[in-house]
Amino acid sequence: MAAKTLTIDDHLVSARPGETLLEAIREAGIVIPTLCHLDGLSDVGACRLCLVEIEGQRRLQPACMTMVSEGMVVRTSTPRLQAYRRQIVELLFAERNHVCAVCVASGNCELQRLAAMVGMDHVRYDYLSPDCSVDISHPRFGIDHNRCVLCTRCVRACDEIEGVHTWDVAGRGVQARVITDMNQPWGTSTTCTSCGKCQLACPTGAIFPRGVTVGERPHASERIALIIEARKQRW
Amino acid sequence: MSRLRIATIWLGGCSGCHMSFLDLDEWLIELAARADLVYSPIADAKHFPAEVDLTLIEGAIASDEHRELAKTARRQSKCIVSFGDCAVTGNVTALRNPLGPARNVLQQVYVEHSDPRGVIPHEPGIIPLLLDKVVPVHQVIPVDYYLSGCPPSASRIRALLEALLEGREPLVDIRYG
Ligand code: SF4
Ligand code: SF4
Ligand code: SF4
Ligand code: FES
Repeated sequence: MAAKTLTIDDHLVSARPGETLLEAIREAGIVIPTLCHLDGLSDVGACRLCLVEIEGQRRLQPACMTMVSEGMVVRTSTPRLQAYRRQIVELLFAERNHVCAVCVASGNCELQRLAAMVGMDHVRYDYLSPDCSVDISHPRFGIDHNRCVLCTRCVRACDEIEGVHTWDVAGRGVQARVITDMNQPWGTSTTCTSCGKCQLACPTGAIFPRGVTVGERPHASERIALIIEARKQRW
Repeated sequence: MSRLRIATIWLGGCSGCHMSFLDLDEWLIELAARADLVYSPIADAKHFPAEVDLTLIEGAIASDEHRELAKTARRQSKCIVSFGDCAVTGNVTALRNPLGPARNVLQQVYVEHSDPRGVIPHEPGIIPLLLDKVVPVHQVIPVDYYLSGCPPSASRIRALLEALLEGREPLVDIRYG
């Protein structure tokens, strides 16, 4: 199959057919923010941080969910995109309780890094300050809903890589929460194998190994892609 | 060049941001050569003075007293900096917000979780009234610059102050936590 040629931020780029725009953008050495995308997992287009402008299309498109096509002209960082990205990150901070100073993920958190990347020097929205629970019924891991951004990376890692599907999302809008099994305490789940892949995939301090304290949760989301690579070699 | 009039105020915060300010060490001597500290928890002044050039605000707005002092500071200062995560986001001070209005919080602290059970303090005019929701400074007054960090390091405070002293637009990096 012939390579596709497209223009990304005024540079001519060639991409393999079947590649996503996000892959092509990254191969061109351009960095755009992403959150729900994780190498090794399927894409769902949930967070909208990777939105780009495509010439001839009125609507912005998520790069992680868009396939490259011949002659595409793409802009990744217009003032409009920058404004939207900052707004999205601000809304994520306003929706739950993010207190980096006392968070297990501080210094190793994708959301914290995104805040710096999009220039979020303050949040212009009212904080919702929801009353969120923390579940530490599992012997090895905990889930703190105060820090969850509903990216569903845990859901996909558990389903697609561990093949178990312990996690899912229940509820709508601000009431939405990730749940284990039939919305029961994680420690009582009969499907969870305690493999820890959800914890690896989680971009924030929401899923953490028990026993870690402020800033101690390691960030190792890239291990999801390594697991996939290792399986390919073995099978 | 006339000397700059600087103030710092301490609202709903732990004083850690002020401690970090003191971590400026010998640069404080340089600062003292170029500016006067006209109001601060570490200066001897009873009332917030008029015609302040720059005010650093540590802490979130958690009580009526905080709200009034922030408003006074805004009226009487040319430039306001939200100084540290509590001022910028509410941070640790706002951890109580999910518990609901002030009376729930006071009930939890002074009665339910106090042994022996206490009484909720009530001395109008002496003890400031807690607001029902802790908010960042910019929800009460317009803020010119935001310095995140809990606390912001001395080197980041210095970078901001140096730019403002020299009349440059500061390039404030963002680092929560
Ligand atoms: S999850 Fe990340 S952004 Fe949220 S409080 Fe923890 S470190 Fe901060
Ligand atoms: S728990 Fe973590 S991985 Fe799962 S949805 Fe929330 S933030 Fe994403
Ligand atoms: S930001 Fe941190 S150091 Fe500053 S007052 Fe708040 S808790 Fe203390
Ligand atoms: S990374 Fe593309 S929508 Fe989240």
